[in-house]
Amino acid sequence: MKLGLVIDLDTCVGCHACAVACKQWNTSGTTGPLTDTDPYGDNPSGVWFNRIRHYEVDDYPNSKTVNAPMSCMHCDDAACVTVCPTGASYKRKEDGIVLVDQSKCMGCNLCAWACPYGARELDEDQGVMKKCTLCVDRIYDEALPVEDRQPACVLTCPTHARFFGDLDDPDSEVSTLVRERGGESMMPELGYAPVNKYLPPRNRTPAPVVEKAAPPEGGTGGLLARWMHKQKEAFDKLGSGAGGPSSAARGASASAGHVTMRPGGVSGVTDSGTGGFDSGLAGGSDGGRPDARTRDGAAS
Amino acid sequence: MNPAFSVIFFTVTAGAGYGLLFLLAFSRLGGLAPDISPDQIAGTGILGLVLVTLGLLSSTLHLANPRNAWRSFVRFRTSWLSREAVFAVLFYPLSLAWLVVEWTQGNVGASATLGVLSALLAVVVLICTAMIYASLKTIRQWNTALTPVNFVLLAMLLGALVFLVVLAFLDLPTGPLAAVTLVVLCAAALVKLVYFHWIGQPQGPTINTALGFTRATVRLLDVGHAADTFHTREFGFEMARTKLVWIRVASVVLAFVVPLALVAGLVGAPSVGHLVAAAVSAYVGVFLERWLFFAEARHVVNLYHGAQRT
Repeated sequence: MKLGLVIDLDTCVGCHACAVACKQWNTSGTTGPLTDTDPYGDNPSGVWFNRIRHYEVDDYPNSKTVNAPMSCMHCDDAACVTVCPTGASYKRKEDGIVLVDQSKCMGCNLCAWACPYGARELDEDQGVMKKCTLCVDRIYDEALPVEDRQPACVLTCPTHARFFGDLDDPDSEVSTLVRERGGESMMPELGYAPVNKYLPPRNRTPAPVVEKAAPPEGGTGGLLARWMHKQKEAFDKLGSGAGGPSSAARGASASAGHVTMRPGGVSGVTDSGTGGFDSGLAGGSDGGRPDARTRDGAAS
Repeated sequence: MNPAFSVIFFTVTAGAGYGLLFLLAFSRLGGLAPDISPDQIAGTGILGLVLVTLGLLSSTLHLANPRNAWRSFVRFRTSWLSREAVFAVLFYPLSLAWLVVEWTQGNVGASATLGVLSALLAVVVLICTAMIYASLKTIRQWNTALTPVNFVLLAMLLGALVFLVVLAFLDLPTGPLAAVTLVVLCAAALVKLVYFHWIGQPQGPTINTALGFTRATVRLLDVGHAADTFHTREFGFEMARTKLVWIRVASVVLAFVVPLALVAGLVGAPSVGHLVAAAVSAYVGVFLERWLFFAEARHVVNLYHGAQRT
């Protein structure tokens, strides 16, 4: 058995509820307390088993916020256990959970140095290393209803972004998720074979590009803007011939259901009556990719 | 990495002690220190053991729970820290037995055997200490064979300079040892310069592999904690690049250039004063070097805190 967590980076909203639930359960559990120093002062610091960090992946307009909750990965080849000189750190054979026997720890910090994921934190008050236990004092508690025998972070997650289970069993929920969603490890190149897996964000159609609406005819636009608009209209008519400004193309784009997002947030089918460049200003039918404008412009 | 004084003092001072004891044992076989009397051997050996003991005592200061330090002997099979502890403790009875045999002018075969074993064990302890750092894949600046080579050579350099001072105080010939010292000095300087060059090469994990997003730029929006944490205190040491370069220059000058000039007699025939100055200069230089060893090491946890690479 290889117990671990699978975390969905697509649905995690970065609310830190898992970290708070973890702190609450474990500070009063068998590994507690999770000592805080200066909790009500200017520098409130303390031991946490779970920390959430927030990143931006890729550049605008393709950027995405990714919230990354990180706790012990319960590595198959746990370097923290290898380097521990006292035998305080150990990995359980039966379920793969990495634990610290606090009565043996001498607080040398070497396991924290060996861990690439920042999973281990020294309790400076007690002088011993502490880390995620996968709520070992909860998942086997037969006094609890079966559905509650899960780590506190998993139970509390409001977006259901965390899953707990046996990653050794190919038919378990977590293994299926990893297989179907292409779950990945963090920093796999160090070779510690972390058990916890992260599901990458799903591919989805990008949000429509917000475009400025054209300046209204004779409206409030500046003198220069209105003149420029007139020149554009005249130019459009020049190239369109007797049939009007490419009525066929306009019809096609209207039937394709162009979606425009105006700054006010109104969206709907474009008013193709303005024709020419105006139809090009709307996002394309392919979901408003930036290049849609060029393609439409060329069509009209 | 946070440069902790206790660990820097430990590795430098105990290193000097192990280096001194290694060269003392070696000198009995190789004639490095001819005419040295049994009393002087024992005295020099005790000096080495005092340096080793001061270092080891200092090393326990960085333990958050030193009451459990005795437990550090049990994971000998996997942990370099455990191996260091075992060999450092084994070193005492072995080296004391050797010094007693030398002092009482006992069996020559026994003294040679115990001397060779003590010298070997001194190097083994130095290698174990260095491997604690070199075995960590999380810190690329340490995870190299240059680390143990560097630790051993710098320990030998300090030991040789202390030994030279001792010989000069005792009015014994220093010529052969001075020649060995210069060889060690040049080798240590070369390895250190190679190391400085090597850690400047980009390599190792990046913020992209740390998070698994390898096809786009990744930047930190928010680190998630408002105050410092155990990790920022332990791994978040930062210093301006220019300052670090000046400390590098100072450490190379003090550890290698000044002792080279003094021992090689470039500034007049080496007197006792010259040799003391060389030893003090090298100690300060190696201390700075060890400080840099920590200060320039960048743990991969910094990637999760927003660093693009280590």
